[in-house]
Amino acid sequence: MKTLATLPVIIPIAAAALALVSIRRPLVRRIVGLASSVAYLAIAVWLVIAVDGSGTIVAAQGDWPAPLGIPLVADRLAVLLLATSAAALLAVLVYAVAKPDTDTDFPGFHAVYQMLAAGVALSLLTGDLFTLFVAFEIMLTASYVLITYRAGGSETRSTITYVVIGLVASALLLTAIAFTYAVTGTVNIADLTDKLDNVSPGYRAGLGWLLFMVFGIKAAIFPLFFWLPDSYPVAPAPVTALFAGLLTKIGVYAIVRTQTLLFPSDGPATFMLVVAGFTMVVGVLGAIAQKDMKRILSFHIVSQIGYMIMGLGFFTVAGVAAAIVFIVHQIIVKAALFLVGGLVEHTEGTGAIDAVDGVARRSPLIAVLFLPAAFSLAGFPPFSGFVGKLALIESGFDAGRWVVVGVSLFASVLTLFSMTKIWSGVFWGRPGTGPKTAIPSGMAAATAGLVVVSLAVALGAEPLLQYAERAAGDLLADGAYRDVVFGGRG
Amino acid sequence: MSWVIALAAGALFATGTYLLLSKLLSRIIVGLGLIAHGANLLLLGSGGEPGAPPILDGAASGPISDPLEQALVLTAIVITFGVTAFLLTLAYRSWTETGLDEVEDDVEDRRIASRRQR
Repeated sequence: MKTLATLPVIIPIAAAALALVSIRRPLVRRIVGLASSVAYLAIAVWLVIAVDGSGTIVAAQGDWPAPLGIPLVADRLAVLLLATSAAALLAVLVYAVAKPDTDTDFPGFHAVYQMLAAGVALSLLTGDLFTLFVAFEIMLTASYVLITYRAGGSETRSTITYVVIGLVASALLLTAIAFTYAVTGTVNIADLTDKLDNVSPGYRAGLGWLLFMVFGIKAAIFPLFFWLPDSYPVAPAPVTALFAGLLTKIGVYAIVRTQTLLFPSDGPATFMLVVAGFTMVVGVLGAIAQKDMKRILSFHIVSQIGYMIMGLGFFTVAGVAAAIVFIVHQIIVKAALFLVGGLVEHTEGTGAIDAVDGVARRSPLIAVLFLPAAFSLAGFPPFSGFVGKLALIESGFDAGRWVVVGVSLFASVLTLFSMTKIWSGVFWGRPGTGPKTAIPSGMAAATAGLVVVSLAVALGAEPLLQYAERAAGDLLADGAYRDVVFGGRG
Repeated sequence: MSWVIALAAGALFATGTYLLLSKLLSRIIVGLGLIAHGANLLLLGSGGEPGAPPILDGAASGPISDPLEQALVLTAIVITFGVTAFLLTLAYRSWTETGLDEVEDDVEDRRIASRRQR
């Protein structure tokens, strides 16, 4: 059982090594990559079932007992997001393999992709603050390579912004870890939950804010989001889809993890709600002003991050649970929407709203895939976004935070507006007569797969929400995390 | 933590931030390196009072110096080294492609600037 929890980290690293060795054999490295991602998904789903049934799995590396060793802690939140990420990783990989130019452009794609998967797994599973830093570095360094490999000319500048911002955030995270270690003498999260209580409230609040800001840069919350809409659209479609679905959400996950476990009493809750409100509104206003599908969707990433921070800011079990459901919904839907954007670019040659018309007539399949994902993003019933937003709004009413709930509803309306802008600009209108590239069936199948998963999230909303409430309960219950990690070992 | 280390880390952060705000990519990279050094130095200083002996043969009498933060710093240094090398390659590519070391304004900045000119 304990080995099982380490496999999502080990398998992709082994696969990356194999993919590098077989760098001259395109077929082998594709099979290695796909097999690794399938195994990753299978293990993640198995972990969800196992952890929900019999409780958190703690795998202490080298069998050193806590707090000495580095534990991997597979609790309900971590494995749920691992399974969701695995689904997105597999779908995007299938799409990338089917896309004709991925492999010819960059033979190392599969190796780097698997390292990114390993970084994601390690970020989610680790129970150690410094390992979290290392995991972020693995994930981000892989993402630097993926975002830069095709950039040319002026695009290089956008990718440099991305890399530089990432490095600044990493240095600040290291600073926060140094400050934490200086006062507590430990970087084990379970140990910290206890030892931070003895730290003076001012210092502790400072640490909490610093960590919030560091992960806020990665998660692209207001006002630290400027790098995102600038750099994401530059990358090839599958890479953008993966980044949009996963990377910012891992930042949100780190915020949820650290704020709930380490700073439960002095979480800057009202401040968080203000930040959340601004993130939602500024993000969606930015989206409305754009004229390119990928750029509109990139601003939406920012806007939707606000909803997750809002759920966390309520600091109730219902609020955090709603935020968790929303993260799951976003990982799937955001990736699906960017894959659809990639399909439009693939057939029409561009995703600019002014240049493309009548895709609904020319390629009805793309329109069929776009609609459920767009409705879901806007929060229309019965799609998955509705489930997440309803849960968020209900928990907001219970917490008595009327203002931010009103702001979130306002942002939802604007989201719908910008989706209709894409719909009327790209899908409606007189079909163009320009050349049209056929869509490889693998790309369409991968996108359809993600759309189906998002519909499944909507159908399974009730069990998912109950699961998320158990996960949030684990996080907010005082000392529960510590007891599990230290459990049985005294 | 010793005052010297604290002051040195502060100076590294300050100069690093100043260089980071420059428009020249080569300066930005040097600035990032300095900030990373500042963070590493802080991490090294976070292990308590200096001057204690290291652990030898597992038998310690009296205070020993904390080995953990040295291990953390080594990891962080290696990561910084790798990423800086990557960034330098990127800067070289940017230079070969555009012939400039300068980081241009982003898309929105340019759009606003062109609107003002009209």
